Amino acid sequence: MAETAYQGRLHLLQKDLMSQYYGELTASAEGSGVPAAYLLIGGNPVELLRALDILPVYPEVNALQLAVKKQSLAHIQAAEGMGYSTDNCAYVKADIGLYFAGRKTPFATIPEPSLLLCNYVGCNVYLHWFDHLAEYTKRPTFHLDIPFIRNASGRPSSDDMAYVLRQLEQLVAVCEEIAGKRLDPQRLRRVVELSSQTGRLWSEIKHLTKSAPAPYDAYFDSVTMMAPLYCLRGTEEGLTFFQTARDEYAQMAADGKGPLEREDFRFVIEGPPPWPYLRVFRDMFARWNAVAVASTYSTVGGLWEFGFAHDPDHPMESIAEHLLTWNLTNRNFLQRYDQIDRYLKEWNADALVIHSVKSCRLFSAGQGDMRDYFTQRGVPTLLVESDLEDPRYFSEAQMRTRIDAFFESLAHRKLTAAAGA
Amino acid sequence: MAYAAGVDVGSTQTKCVVLDEERRIVARALTDTGANVTRAAQRAFDEAIASAGMQRSDIVCVVGTGYGRFKVTFGDFQITEISCHAKGACSVFPGTRTVIDMGGQDAKGIKVLDGEVLDFVMNDKCAAGTGRFLATAAEVLAVPLDAIGALALQARNPVRLSTVCTVFVESDIMAYLAQGKKVPDILGGIHSAIAARTVALVRRVGLEPEITFTGGVSLNVGMVRALEDKLGLHLNVCEDSHYMGAIGAAAFALERGLAHSTGNVA
Repeated sequence: MAETAYQGRLHLLQKDLMSQYYGELTASAEGSGVPAAYLLIGGNPVELLRALDILPVYPEVNALQLAVKKQSLAHIQAAEGMGYSTDNCAYVKADIGLYFAGRKTPFATIPEPSLLLCNYVGCNVYLHWFDHLAEYTKRPTFHLDIPFIRNASGRPSSDDMAYVLRQLEQLVAVCEEIAGKRLDPQRLRRVVELSSQTGRLWSEIKHLTKSAPAPYDAYFDSVTMMAPLYCLRGTEEGLTFFQTARDEYAQMAADGKGPLEREDFRFVIEGPPPWPYLRVFRDMFARWNAVAVASTYSTVGGLWEFGFAHDPDHPMESIAEHLLTWNLTNRNFLQRYDQIDRYLKEWNADALVIHSVKSCRLFSAGQGDMRDYFTQRGVPTLLVESDLEDPRYFSEAQMRTRIDAFFESLAHRKLTAAAGA
Repeated sequence: MAYAAGVDVGSTQTKCVVLDEERRIVARALTDTGANVTRAAQRAFDEAIASAGMQRSDIVCVVGTGYGRFKVTFGDFQITEISCHAKGACSVFPGTRTVIDMGGQDAKGIKVLDGEVLDFVMNDKCAAGTGRFLATAAEVLAVPLDAIGALALQARNPVRLSTVCTVFVESDIMAYLAQGKKVPDILGGIHSAIAARTVALVRRVGLEPEITFTGGVSLNVGMVRALEDKLGLHLNVCEDSHYMGAIGAAAFALERGLAHSTGNVA
């Protein structure tokens, strides 16, 4: 079987920009004097850091890069040797292992943090992760407490909004001290404007997969765009990247081109990818000519495709709105169903695939019910399990059998539907 | 007369079945899979056709299934064992709506309609509640594997097993033996624990009668009874239940081979 190749102009630009970003991280680690803050992907308020020239560092992104490069297991085992449980989130263990291995990776030396910005306290494990890092690094922590969306309307209350805004003001004061300068409102406005334009382009890109064939895979190719979305949002380079991505994929859509020779199945996928086996997992779908047209994972850092964009006229309020409302991990389960439902209908998908990961019980809890919910509504749904970081939980033969059996039966259903039409 | 073959390369055993155009079984063979999967598949196939006095050229199509399906190098197609067990169960018992398949390392529940897979569930990365679990228990109790089912039926006071973990069951069994529990009572407890776990798994696809029990463990009379007790329903089982994956593969091979020979390829 021929190996599939997925290298466009966009992938090359991503490599260049990300190595530039990692170069800045290494320079900071080696004493460039630029301070770095660790933060989390879920609803990241990266604009505030960029406006004060603080480098954003995402331990989750570093951990997944290690997994893709097959370097995660040694760090995971080192953390287990320290006493971290085998059941603990492997992102945490890979990061802790990396920290004690001198923060050196094949792609960068990760700087010590000047600030630990725990912007997602909805996950108890993440809360402890940053507390442990504070203990190891002896650096200050800021816990940004974002209340969950806990009502059926899906909107935060005005008290929630005021609560988050007040914390953002406190965060600015902490960041100003680290940066050694005051926040310039004009600079913040410009950063939020860049972020706003980036978000609009990202939304446009996401809607392009409504075309048949989809011009790119909304799971396996979206992950290429996710690192720039978090690490470079609010910068000129970040904006250029998303303009290039939009142009390239819009052209492919206009030309009727997709990532595969043929598109036989369109699916929606929920859950993070198995990073240590990303290519193997991709090829399991590619051999069925199956393309993801939408993914919930590509919205873990924020939801832009349903109308949200940052507002340069109200920078702090729109950062708060992003954290509260347009943040996948902050939303209630009914909203998660609704999001998938919209993808299935508006993106015209044949099926739903749920990839449940052992590391993240918070995100995976309820996925069995989710499977039943969509199955009962007549959506062919497949639930598979492995992990996002720990290679020991991926059983290739079992995974292949489940995916093959699922598409065998989908193929049969399509055939009988066509015969009956 | 056209013939077609299905080769089911399982984790423990490799099965081959040859069907004629009327879907009658004309040959079958069984061999241990061992380390060389391709050789096991070839051996099962060769033995099956030799037993019926056939040549390779008599077989219009071969479908490989099971974990080793991609190693059936002489096969024309590969189809998962999930589709094949569903197909086989519906060919033998046309009223089948649910298939319970217990093999060496897998337990599966498959929801079917007219041979088509509607949904399926499998155990994940754990051999609890599978043939391997029973084999471990038989070994610890020094009872031949093919005798444990009948012994389990003699249980008077089945023990309550605290685990269905294939590794930890050994120490549980040792503890019961030390307490002087009888072998049939221990086996009765083991069968009951696996049956409970399997029924819980299969309920996730929705249990609808008729239920057909397939795979190597379906030859175990104790497991058939334990499952029937938990379900409160009768299970379809036949002497060829063990071959059901291969029968389904051969049925697919027959359809594809005949379609090909008449130029009507779907």
